[in-house]
Amino acid sequence: MTENKKHLDDLTHIRSLMERSSRFLSLSGLSGVFAGIYALIGAAVVYFDFKAGSISYAKYVRSMSEAEQPTAKIYFLVGIAIMVLAASLISGFIFTSRKAKKQNLKIWDNSAKLMMSNLAVPLITGGILGIIFIQNGLFGFVAPITLLFYGLGLFSASKYSFVELRYLGLCEILLGLIGCLYIGYGLLLWTIGFGLLHIFYGAWMYYKYERKA
Amino acid sequence: MKGFNQLNKAFESRVRLGVMSILMVKDWVNYNELKETLGLTDGNLASHIASLEKLEYVEVQKQFVGKKPMTSYRATKIGKLEFTKHIDALEALLKR
Repeated sequence: MTENKKHLDDLTHIRSLMERSSRFLSLSGLSGVFAGIYALIGAAVVYFDFKAGSISYAKYVRSMSEAEQPTAKIYFLVGIAIMVLAASLISGFIFTSRKAKKQNLKIWDNSAKLMMSNLAVPLITGGILGIIFIQNGLFGFVAPITLLFYGLGLFSASKYSFVELRYLGLCEILLGLIGCLYIGYGLLLWTIGFGLLHIFYGAWMYYKYERKA
Repeated sequence: MKGFNQLNKAFESRVRLGVMSILMVKDWVNYNELKETLGLTDGNLASHIASLEKLEYVEVQKQFVGKKPMTSYRATKIGKLEFTKHIDALEALLKR
């Protein structure tokens, strides 16, 4: 019986160590904060651009019909979104590699690969779906579905990184669904989801795990 | 009784068991990381790793990061195989 207990303990010990060491924990909270700031800047640019024109974002996306081809305005909006994404990725990489260096870890290890592939598959799917929607005149859905798929990506990536990423993912999914229900609030929800939530989450992670290190 | 013989004496110690668990899922883990993950003191870990190294279950890489020497470890093919066998044996014993 005690023999059995030792074997069971051994297995539990093995499993917990394997799980703990297969998570990618170099992801820096600061990368979240900066991604949020870029998203806020991007959203502000879009907001003031609409304000300068005669039509609001909500009216604009609701007025579009299926037959409509992508306009210059849409290219502008997509361009801003891509710039926000690129800036976030670059600063995320910089902060994360800095943290990895501090911890004497490799940035691109097995857990990082697992995390990235879990994030990338939903993200790329969402991106392609977004392009299809734009071409079919459903631009209003693009902001909510990017939130939705990003949330799904975070949720599945959380298995290989911080558990807390799961809550961020769920919040993004919720915002995305709300956005699909109420077309026209896309810009506002995008600002909350990519801007405020990232800053909040990043700061939380930074204070929880990094400040003392 | 089948399976009992397959338990590997090398993994009887918690420390060696722990080291192998980590190296099964991660390549080239450095000494400090092992120490921290396992919550161990210095001398303790070094001797256990040395014995795993002697059995050729782990391989060692020494390099300099700046001026600090850094030692990293990786499980060898034999090491991974033996460890998998050990886990299988543990499971078989529990199922009995």
